[in-house]
Amino acid sequence: MSIAQDFSRGIMRENPVFKQALGMCPFLAVTTSVENALGMGAAATFVLVFSNFLVSLFRKVIPSKVRIPSYIVIIATFVTLVDLLMNAYLPALHSSLGIFIPLIVVNCIILGRAEGFANKNKVLPSIADGIGMGLGFTLAMVIMATFREILGNGSWLGFNLLGESYQNQPMLIAILAPGAFILMAFILGFFNIMEKRKRGGAR
Amino acid sequence: MINSMLMSVIIAAPDGGEPSFSIAKMMAIIVSAIFINNYVLSRFLGICPFLGVSKQLDSAVGMGAAVVFVMVLATLGSWLVYHHVLVPYGMEYLRTISFIIIIASLVQLVEMILQKFSPALYDALGIFLPLITTNCAILGVAVLNIDDKLSLGYSLVNSVAAGIGFTLALVLMAGLRERMETADVPEALRGLPLAFLIAGAMSIAFLGFAGLGG
Repeated sequence: MSIAQDFSRGIMRENPVFKQALGMCPFLAVTTSVENALGMGAAATFVLVFSNFLVSLFRKVIPSKVRIPSYIVIIATFVTLVDLLMNAYLPALHSSLGIFIPLIVVNCIILGRAEGFANKNKVLPSIADGIGMGLGFTLAMVIMATFREILGNGSWLGFNLLGESYQNQPMLIAILAPGAFILMAFILGFFNIMEKRKRGGAR
Repeated sequence: MINSMLMSVIIAAPDGGEPSFSIAKMMAIIVSAIFINNYVLSRFLGICPFLGVSKQLDSAVGMGAAVVFVMVLATLGSWLVYHHVLVPYGMEYLRTISFIIIIASLVQLVEMILQKFSPALYDALGIFLPLITTNCAILGVAVLNIDDKLSLGYSLVNSVAAGIGFTLALVLMAGLRERMETADVPEALRGLPLAFLIAGAMSIAFLGFAGLGG
C-alpha cells in the first residue's frame, strides 16, 4: 500500500459515510447548510489527522488492554482544542454547530480509524489515511448539505440560487429533521444501484 | 435533616441563583425531551444504535433500558463533577475529556456490578453496555444539561425523559422494521435506505408535537 492509496481510499472507495455508515449523528445533524458541513468537516478532519498521528506514534507504547481508553483521551484532547479554537476565532460557526463539536469525541469514524488503521501502521500512512477519511467525511457532508440547502433555502453556501420567490416558500422539510433521513435514504439507494451496476458489469 | 440537605442540593441553581422547583417546568422538560425534541428523531443523537439495534423488538427494549440506566448515572456523575470540581477550580475546558472518562468508567463499573450481583439483568443488558460508551445520546444529554444550566433535579428528570424518548423511538422503529421484513420493497432501497425512510416518516410524525411546547 502506497501513501497515495492510503490517502485516496477514504475519499470514495471506502467513504466513511456512504460505504461504511459511520458518523451518522453529525452527518445528519449539521448538514442543514454547506457552511456548517464545511466547518464540521474541517473540525473532524483536524481531530482525525492528529489522533491518527498520535495513536500511530505511540502504537508500540500503549498496552493493548488500555488502548481504547487511551485513544478516547487522545481524541478528547484534540476535540477540546478544536472547541476552544473555534469558540475564539469562529464564534458564529461554533454556536451553529453547538453540541456536535464536543460530540466529535464519540464519532465512530475517528475511533474506528485509530483502532482499525493507525495502531497497525506507520506514522506517515496514518496521517495520509486521516486526511483521506476526513476529506471523505467532508465530501459526503457537502453533497448532503448541497441538496438540503438548495431545496430547503434556495441557496448554496449562502449564495442565492433560486431567487426570492423560492426563498419565500422553500421546501422547508429538507432542512428540518425528516428531510435528512429521507434524503439519506435516497442517496444510499443511489449507491446501492451503482454498486449493483458495477457488479453486473464485471460479471 | 439529611433529606432537606439533599433536597437543597438537588434544586440549587447551578449559577448560584435562587433555588427553584416547579412542576410546570418539570413537565415542560419531560414533554420536550420525549416528544418535541426527541433525542433520536429531531436532535439526531444516538443514530448508530437506533439503526443497529432496531431489527428486533426484544433487543430494542433491552437497549432502551440500558440507555436509560446509564444516562441517569452519567448525568449524576457528570453534573456533580462539573459543578463541584471543574467550576470551583476554573477548569471548565476539561469538560469533554472528563465527561467521556466518567461515562466510559461508569459503563465498565455498571457492567462489573451487574455481572456480580444480578446475572439475570446482566444477561439481558450485558451485550448492549459496551456499545453505550460511544452512544452520543449519553454524552449529548450530559453536555446539554450543562449548556442549558439546569439544576441537578431538572438534569436528572431530563435524562430520564431523554432515555424514555430514545427507547420510544427505538421500540417504534423495531416494530415497524419487523413488519417490513416481509414487505416487497424495491431492491435498491432494501436494508439501510429503508430504515432511513421509516425514520423519516416517524420524524415527520414527531414534528406534529412541535405545537405542544407553546
